[in-house]
Formats: sequence, structure tokens, C-alpha cells
Amino acid sequence: MSLLIREAERTLLDPAGLSRQDAERALGRLAGAGADLGELFLQHRVLESWALEDGIVKEGSFSLDRGLGVRALSGEKTGAAYAEDIRPEGLANAVEAARSITRSGGEQVRALAATDAPPVHDQGNPISALGEQDKVALLERADQAARRIDNRVQEVNVRLSLNFETMLVMATDGAWAAEARPLVRLDVSVIVAEGQRRERGFAGAGGRRPLSSFSHEWPEDLAKEAVRCALVNLDAVDAPAGPMPVVLAPGWPGVLLHEAVGHGLEGDFNRKGSSAFANRIGEQVASKHCTVIDDGTLPDRRGSLTVDDEGTPTEPTVLIENGILKGYMQDKLNARLMGAAATGNGRRQSYAHQPMPRMTNTFMQPGDKDPAEIIAACPKGVYAVNFGGGQVDITSGRFVFSATEAYLIENGKVTRPIRGATLIGNGPEVMTRVSMVGNDLSLDPGVGVCGKDGQSVPVGVGQPTLLVDEITIGGTAH
Amino acid sequence: MRQDVDIRQQEGELTGLAEAILRQAKRLGAAAAEVSVSEDIGLTVKVRKGELETLAFNADRSFGIAVYDGQRKGSASTSDSSEGAIEETVARALGIARHTQDDPCHGLADADLMAAHLPDLDLFHPAPLDTEAALAAALACEAQGFATDQRIVNSEGAEAARSQSCVVYGNSHGFMGAASTTSHSLSCVLIAEDGNGMQRDYWYTAHRNPHALETPEAVGRTAAERTAARLSPRKVATGSYPVLFSPQAARSLAGHVIGALSGGAQYRKASFLLDALDAEVACPHLHLVEQPRLPGRLGSASFDGDGVATVEKAFIDAGAVRNYVLSAYSGRRLGLPTTGNAGGVHNLLLKGRTKAFKALLNDMDRGLYVTDLMGTGVNGVTGDYSQGAAGFWVEGGEFAYPVHEITIASNLKDMLRQVAAVGDDPDQRGNIITPSVLIETMTVAGGG
Repeated sequence: MSLLIREAERTLLDPAGLSRQDAERALGRLAGAGADLGELFLQHRVLESWALEDGIVKEGSFSLDRGLGVRALSGEKTGAAYAEDIRPEGLANAVEAARSITRSGGEQVRALAATDAPPVHDQGNPISALGEQDKVALLERADQAARRIDNRVQEVNVRLSLNFETMLVMATDGAWAAEARPLVRLDVSVIVAEGQRRERGFAGAGGRRPLSSFSHEWPEDLAKEAVRCALVNLDAVDAPAGPMPVVLAPGWPGVLLHEAVGHGLEGDFNRKGSSAFANRIGEQVASKHCTVIDDGTLPDRRGSLTVDDEGTPTEPTVLIENGILKGYMQDKLNARLMGAAATGNGRRQSYAHQPMPRMTNTFMQPGDKDPAEIIAACPKGVYAVNFGGGQVDITSGRFVFSATEAYLIENGKVTRPIRGATLIGNGPEVMTRVSMVGNDLSLDPGVGVCGKDGQSVPVGVGQPTLLVDEITIGGTAH
Repeated sequence: MRQDVDIRQQEGELTGLAEAILRQAKRLGAAAAEVSVSEDIGLTVKVRKGELETLAFNADRSFGIAVYDGQRKGSASTSDSSEGAIEETVARALGIARHTQDDPCHGLADADLMAAHLPDLDLFHPAPLDTEAALAAALACEAQGFATDQRIVNSEGAEAARSQSCVVYGNSHGFMGAASTTSHSLSCVLIAEDGNGMQRDYWYTAHRNPHALETPEAVGRTAAERTAARLSPRKVATGSYPVLFSPQAARSLAGHVIGALSGGAQYRKASFLLDALDAEVACPHLHLVEQPRLPGRLGSASFDGDGVATVEKAFIDAGAVRNYVLSAYSGRRLGLPTTGNAGGVHNLLLKGRTKAFKALLNDMDRGLYVTDLMGTGVNGVTGDYSQGAAGFWVEGGEFAYPVHEITIASNLKDMLRQVAAVGDDPDQRGNIITPSVLIETMTVAGGG
């Protein structure tokens, strides 16, 4: 890890004429003001994206952001300031502004101890790993494949996003960590038309890994999937309205877990008592078939991190085990105030935002049922395969997720596709109605973005096929 | 801590920076270029349960550039305004332009469309970045929330924010426009509890002028009343009912229509109002108009993201589409002139056959009043609409009880033709200004 730290210092400190000793002196100023925790976070982020439309790559963009964020925590109070230029004056001003919340008095800076967690994902820069022409070619291949598959394809949009971030964090509790975080993503969106009907289809994939690690047919596979989704919906009938059984397909439908239980198990809401799951550790909050884990250490996933943005190594955190609530996801502030350990879930969108407890990759452990058996066990219901996204009100527990590809189940068989519909339920209630869990755990393809308090971070979800005995479907047919 | 800041003093420096970036682009071989530089300075104070929770200062500067190499385009942006970063960013934009392909529609908006006069729209009302004053306002707001109703048992906090920002846009036609604005806001999120569980709700006030804000006590009281009113919600039996959208919930309806009329949705054929220019798509009493130069408003602007003068217009007039929402680029794609909407709309107002709110409830008699929408269940291509909802059940024109965990569904094309009337209660906070909207019938899914 000290190699990663040295590499990050070369990117973040050296060009600014800042030394490690300057940073340590800044931490001393924060500690001297009596902060429970003083922290410096430095970040350099480069994003390059390419967009194809009308069969040609007509736009590309590049952005470079660098800056530093300073926090002083005292009790439940946070003082925060940041600067866009990593420069000695910017650092000094941010330190003075952040420490203005603290009482006077002196705390000690603990000696910095470099984190020795081994990297859980690739550390290379995906932007420089491939030439511009090769990047353009990836988009063109997806476009050509989509148009080749079916002549009902009218429009194809393809976007390639390549992100490379270097972060360095140092804190008065001795935390000292750095890592390089690549993030790549390829998205294909198509419009198909037949007669008077038009539909959109979408497929995307990515992760914290080099482009060269994806399959050779990656762009073609995504194009095929996007076209398939769109064509299915051309034949969709009105979705049913009202409560009924729902079988969720494996993988991305794990957005259910993210909304129904994930947010409600973030430490801040539970410390404040504002979550429907507050004070329920040890209680049955889901059926006995449910074991839910948040794990930032999964190799190369979109939600994976070696250390969180506070320098805490990530870990597999068991949230629910056989239906029993086991623990919350914590950042340092909430862990300290709740007398718990930080779990490596302190994340921030950028240096200009403040860390909070956030999910990484959240998934349900597989059960023992054959997926076909689960569908056959449902005489009449809905089979939901793909979702656009979801939302939760953690206080009441109600949550929604919106299906973009779903089918009727009639007499235990998947039959006609139905129009997109929103599903709504109450997290703690719905989880107790999970009555069958498949043996086919899979993780999403790598497109998840989670929003909280105006901050977006990349996340992953996953689950096996599962049956929810009753949830309300928001269609129009009743 | 108190800082007296006036960001207008930065206008000259930011303009100089924009000019330097344009010169750099020209020197490196760009045929045309456009740049925007922005600076934002602000203070946010958040309290929770009577104590300071967060004090945050921000000072952001960033710039973005688009360069044209013939009919090819490249863009780049950075938050680093050092000389080296400017040079690298401009070079990157040109490097990208060399690998994109010709698009005859690319390029700056026509020179004669540039905003010639930049009137003072009364958007700048600075107040000192005063942590003590912001703290006092947030504390008074939350305290009033707790005092209003004893069922308010918890809080997600009250937040007071002040900011000043300056945006400069310039392009190689020689156009250079600067706009300095202020923004002041106060919000409060409360939690109420009874034997049937917890509910949360919020209220906020926001304005360019700090003296036009609601008082902290009024914000806290409204937040508390709205939160307590949601306690002990029920579900609704699945069926078809009239649905009345609150002014806040109706904002998203106007947003979906603007999305469908945007140039991008039209030329990508991804709109449920495809090729709808001059077609009647809504009830004849409905109008969707843009008034971009209203003084003092949060959405006001005198030029758009292309430097084109903004102009008052109707997107929908008497139920018929009169304009799409176009930039120079999307206009060229469709063979139409720009509407001065690069970057979006400025002060969008939904108007229609107007009745007092109480009269709308009486007209509805029995149905659903929606205050809260959740989810991503709106398909912009087909207009299929399915969203999570919460609000109040209405019986005999009166609120009967709160409802939640329900969905409302229809198709936006049908909903636009089924607007019975709108309220006399437009919500003026924000860029999209909508009154209550009564839809004749939608499918409500709840209990069996």
C-alpha cells in the first residue's frame, strides 16, 4: 500500500509543491482545535467519454477535476471546506474554515499508519490504455451490430465512459490510504418501431477493470441485448394493477435489496432513529431465506473499493442473516457515535462533498431452489426481468422500483410481456414475504448509480431468482 | 464567521479568463470555439435537534470549452483554472475533435442571434455569508417545527444556504455575456410518529432575494403540519379514480412534456409527442409558456447556452404544440430555428382553466390528491406512466385520510387530454411553475 500512497502523492502533492510534512502539519492544526477527527482528502479525477449517434461518433468530452476536502468532526458536528486547487494557500484556508466549528482544546494526531489492504481492483488508467481510434471503433461496432440484428431498429445511441481517479486520505486517527480507481462503462440504447408503436431498449455494462478484460464480442453482445429488450416491449400488453406475487429475475433486479433494505441499514439514519429499521438489530426483518451482504471487496466490480473515502478498508458486511438484522453500514462519524466499528462504507461523490454511509455492492446469498421451480410455483403473477431504477423513503419504509421488462406468469408459465410498471411496497414487510430463493445468484452488469442527499456514487447489486408472495404492481389493467 | 462577498467583482476576471481560453483555442487551430466559465461561492449551515450539525463553505470555479475543427466537435472541462490546466484542457478538446466525425449540424448559433442586450433581470441580492445569521434562521425554523405538533418526534434537520454565482459565456463570434445571481434558501425535514409508525415530510423557501423568503417560523410550521398530516396512512382499493396533483407533484408532469418536446427527443424519435408541431395534444384550455426574462425569478436568464437571446413563447398554446424546445444544434437537426433553449427552459409556466383549490376538490368529489411521487416509471418514448404515490383520499370534496403505498398509472398522451382544470395556487419556487392539476381518471393500484 505504501507504493500506492507514494504514487498518489506524486499525482496529488508533488505538483502543488506540498510535502507529506505540510499535510501532517495541517492535520496538527485540526487536532489542535480539539476535533475528534481531522481529515484531508485529495483527489484527481479524469473522465473521457465518446458518444455515437446517427451512425457516427459525433461528440467526445474530457474533464479534469482536482481538489482537496478538509473536515473537522467534533461530537455530532462537522466543519467542512474544500478547495479546487491543490495549493498550500488553499489547504491553509480550508483548514481554518473547517476547524471553526470545533471547541478549543488539544487532541493528538496519531502517527499515520499506512493501510495494508491489497487492491481489490485494477489500478491502471483506462483512458491511456487504448488509442482514440480503438475507442471510436468500439462504439461503431455496437452501432453496426444493432442495425444488423433487426430492420426495425431506427435509432442507436452508444456511449463509452472512461473514468480514472486517484485519491489520498490522511486523518488524525492515523488513517493513511490511497488508491487509483478506474471505472469504465459502455451503454447502448436503441429505438425500434413497428407500425404505430415505438419502444426503447437499453443495455450497459462496466466495472473497475481495463477494457481489454471484457469479452471480445462486448459491443455486439450489448447491442444484441438492447435490441432484444426493445423488441420484447413492442408486443407488451397493459400491466396488471394491484397486489400479486412477483418473481424477480437474478442480477440487476437486486435493486430491490438496495431500496427495500439497503438504504434503511445505513448508519446515519439508524443513529438518528429516522429509519424504519432503527433499533431492530437481532430482530427478524426478512424471511429466513434472506441473507443480505454488502461487500466492497468483490474483485473489479463497479461498487468495489480497496478502501473507502475515509481510508477504512472495505469488507463483507453481513446486514441480514437468515432473516435476522445483523448490522448497519458505517462511516467513521456514525460508527463513533453509535459505539460501532467503521465498516468501509464512508463514501463521498468528490472532494467537494462530505462522506456518509453508502452501499458498495449489495447482494443476497443464493438459496437452493431451481429458478424454473420458482416460476412454476407461481400460478398467477408477474416475472420482472429488468428495472429502470428505484427510490425509497427510509422513514416509512415504502419503496418503489420500476420494471422496464416484465412478463405475466399464467398457470406457472411465463407468457406475454407487459408494459413497464412501478412496483411499490414497504421494505420490512416485503422482505418477510420472500418465500423462495434460487440457486442462481448473479451480479448486475455494472451500471448502477446511487443517489443520496444530492451525491451520486457507483454501486453494484445482485441476487438470485426470488419469489415475493405479494407486492403492489402499478399497471393499468384491473 | 462573516464574509462580505460580492461575486460581481469577479465578472471582469472571469471574462478575461474566457477571452484567454478562446484565444488559446484559436492559437491551437480551432475554427470556432465557445467557452463558459463559472464561479460559485456559498455557505451551508445545517442544524439538527437544536444543535449545529454541519457548517460547510464552498468556492468553486470551473470552465468548459467546445471547439470545432471544421464540422467536428470536441469538448472538455476542468475545475483547475491554472495556466497549465487551461492549456491541457483546450488541447484535449481539440484532440477529441480530431477523432470525431463530421456533422453538418455542429457549430455555433448564427452570429445575428446572439443576445444583443443583457437587461438587468434583478437576480442579484447579496447578503453577507454570515454563519451566525444562518445558524439562527435554521435553529428557529426547526424549533418552530417541534413546537407546532407534539407528534413531531424527530428531525432530519433544518438547513440554511446562501450562494452567489457568476456565469460567463463567450464564443468566437465575439459574443461575451456575464450573469451574476444570488440564491437564498431555508429548508426543514421533520419526522412524526404515532402508533402506526413514522412519516417524514419537508418544506422549503427559496428566492433570489433574502427578504422575499418565508420566515423561518413559517417554514418550520408548514413542514410540521405537512408531516403530521401524513400519520396513519391507509391504502386505496385498486380502481379508476380522478387524481388531483398538488402544485409540487404537477411540476414533474410539465417536465415530462418539455422532455418530449425537446429537440433531442424529437430527432432521436424518442418522444411520445413525436412530430407533434401544430398538432393538438392537450385540452384546448391548456397552455405551457416560457417567460425567461421575468425579473427576480430563480429561472430567469437573458441568454441561453448558445449565447442566443431568450424570448417569451408558448410551447403549448390552447392545447396545440407551437414550439419545440430547441438549441442551435437540435434546431438544425430538425430544419428549424433555435428557440433560445440551449441548456433548457427558463421559467416554464403551466396555465389552464383555473379554479380555486376548494372548487377542484368539490369537482373531484371522490378521488386521490397526490402530494408525493416516487420512481422512474415514466417512459418518454411511449408516454406510459406508472409512479409510486402518496397523498390524501378525498370524499365528498373533503380530505378523508392520508394514503400511501399506492401507484398511479395512465399514459401521458391521455393525461394531457384529461386535464379537467387547474388550481389558482402555482408554486413559484423554482424554474417550473405549476398549479394543482386535476386529471379526470387514472388507475390507482393499492389494496386488493
